[in-house]
Amino acid sequence: MPKASSSMTSPEFTYPEGSAAFPHRGLVGIAGLAPHEIMFLLDEAQQWVELNRHAQKRRDLLSGLTIINAFFENSTRTLLSFEIAGKRLGADVVNMAVATSSVKKGETLIDTAMTLNAMRADAIAIRHGSSGAVQLIADKVDCPVINAGDGQHEHPTQALLDALTIRQAKRAFNGLRVTICGDILHSRVARSNILCLTSLGAEVRVCAPPALMPADIERMNVQVFHDFDAALRNADVVMMLRLQMERMQGQFIPSPREYRHLYGLSLERLAKAESNALVMHPGPMNRGIEIDSNVADLADRSLITTQVEMGVAIRMACLDVLTRKARGLEGWA
Amino acid sequence: MSIHAPLTVTGGKLVLPDGRIEAGNIRCEGGFITAIGDVSPQAGDVVHEARGKLVTPGLVDLAVFSIDKPAFHFGGVTRAALMPDQDPPLDVPARVRFAAQSGKPDFWVHPLAAATKNLEGESLAEIALMRDAGARAVATGRSWIRDSGTMLRLLQYAGMLDMVVVTHAEDSGLVGKAVATAGEMATRLGLPSAPAEAEALAIARDIALAELAGAKIHFRKVTTAAGLDLVRRAKDRGAKVTAGVSPAYFMLSDLALANFRTFAHLSPPLRSEDDRKAVIAAIADGTIDMIGSGHDPRGPEDKRLPYTDSAPGMAGSETLLPLTMTLVRDGVISMNRAFELLSANPAKLLGVDAGRLAEGMEADIAVIDPDRPWIVDSDEMAAAAGNTPFDKQPMQGRVLALFKGGVAVKAKKPSA
Repeated sequence: MPKASSSMTSPEFTYPEGSAAFPHRGLVGIAGLAPHEIMFLLDEAQQWVELNRHAQKRRDLLSGLTIINAFFENSTRTLLSFEIAGKRLGADVVNMAVATSSVKKGETLIDTAMTLNAMRADAIAIRHGSSGAVQLIADKVDCPVINAGDGQHEHPTQALLDALTIRQAKRAFNGLRVTICGDILHSRVARSNILCLTSLGAEVRVCAPPALMPADIERMNVQVFHDFDAALRNADVVMMLRLQMERMQGQFIPSPREYRHLYGLSLERLAKAESNALVMHPGPMNRGIEIDSNVADLADRSLITTQVEMGVAIRMACLDVLTRKARGLEGWA
Repeated sequence: MSIHAPLTVTGGKLVLPDGRIEAGNIRCEGGFITAIGDVSPQAGDVVHEARGKLVTPGLVDLAVFSIDKPAFHFGGVTRAALMPDQDPPLDVPARVRFAAQSGKPDFWVHPLAAATKNLEGESLAEIALMRDAGARAVATGRSWIRDSGTMLRLLQYAGMLDMVVVTHAEDSGLVGKAVATAGEMATRLGLPSAPAEAEALAIARDIALAELAGAKIHFRKVTTAAGLDLVRRAKDRGAKVTAGVSPAYFMLSDLALANFRTFAHLSPPLRSEDDRKAVIAAIADGTIDMIGSGHDPRGPEDKRLPYTDSAPGMAGSETLLPLTMTLVRDGVISMNRAFELLSANPAKLLGVDAGRLAEGMEADIAVIDPDRPWIVDSDEMAAAAGNTPFDKQPMQGRVLALFKGGVAVKAKKPSA
């Protein structure tokens, strides 16, 4: 029997039973996921949101399974989130950090992948600085691979956790106006969010100066803005992106204060959006540059810490769903 | 004088430089074509029966990055201009002299002298000495010369020596670390990209400098509508400008980058569909003078990497002829024009007496079946590596026999 998504009843979000609900080996990107598959993962994450709010947070679903977090690029929060997600489900979680890896000694990525594979991991979460690197590894290993961010390409779990965060607050995606502002060009978060939100029916606007806007981005079904005030008009959600400091020293932007002048989210700017517009940021924030502290800390409208909370639940859902075949779950084996 | 017996190729259809395709024989002696048409084999001749297939000049490939004779012979290539981007680069006479000898006796390598020392684009290399060591033209290598003053002095100097400057047309400031053409595909894949206009910018500057210097300039690959328009206009006003391209740019667009396929990582990067069509139009109207393979075999250590870390280039010699034949079948060009693009024009640029079926030319001859089907298999290529974006694709056109200087080339047995 097709099952309707728990919180949304629109017909395109009904999904079939068993593995047909998510017939993918891994999660390399949002590209290639059907809307009901995204919705399935969000629904699956919901139970973990509730579990995570209890004092006793441990489930033994993945007991005996080994999960490797292979992070070829520095990360604190995403790595921690994946580690906590795996541990809460009872898996043995191992982190491979770049500083101690043989990658520094010139080993090729494929050789590293083959090594990880030979250690018989049951799932691997990978972050890498090059676009496409995660796909390259996924093609070479036998276990499910989760993309924890590859270059400027995709960061699918971030988009899923953002969607879950929005769904909790807004309840419907259809017609929702989401403005994403910041360094769109270099942002995998922006790409995955554009794919995810447009797929779920939201109206996505992107806002950046021309030098930080990728070519032909409108072909991804978004509206392009350079004027932040115009991009904010009637927005229901404002998603700010981090701009790396080195890009504000004259290469792309003359100075941090000039960036703030044009693209910083202040209370006055936020007032141009819908009166109940929500504020999001994937972190880490440059407070006082792309987002003012009094906006980031708005108790009722800033969802920034909720995003972090949803991140753990989404990663638990991904680890659970992607290991069901290996665990021989009925309907998935 | 050749120690080999004279050769007569009989019963073929000769693709002649005057635009005719005529049934006839061709006789070669001492390494040269001595008679064409109504000529009979003489006693002692080696006779090759062409059985009604096309008899064409051997291909002259401008340019290649590696000397890869099995691939060249498979593709009907009898001569290639070798890019100076070797390790170490062809920037001193001794290396040029060595490279010029390295294909003999069954293949001729025409080295292109590095324009600048170590190909760094800064100080001029010993171009005259390299010319006398066998260099047939000067090349800037894989990259563009960034400094306009250096480029002007290079063109003046090469012009004085009557050598063509073969250049790579991409404005390096605009390109930076880009590996793709700016557009939807690069945006979706999150690949560093540069606008296609990088090519037109480079061509505009270099045509201006070449006209100022009165020198001959050749753009090895012109791949965009805007770049081709600049070449077209320069030719119209009589500038000494020629242009080449390789088949990937009239066969593929940047859609081939899907799934981060590094075999489609080329330099310059694959362009939009509109630019692909503009390349075909420029081949049809004569703006493009030659088609070369850019043969650059790369093993897994260069290609089985994340896209941005992978090396650009493709193994192209085996598919050069069949992909050019698609233009003939599609009515873009005539069969005779195809061999001007593949043989006569590159030979002319290099100043060698080859590339045409005419008396007195060197006897570099191919017997081909332009329709014979086969399938590219990157695991089974004659080339040193199988990095081709045309893997598993059907081709039409195969070389049946190849003669270098009137002597049969023992090609590696075709696999298909």
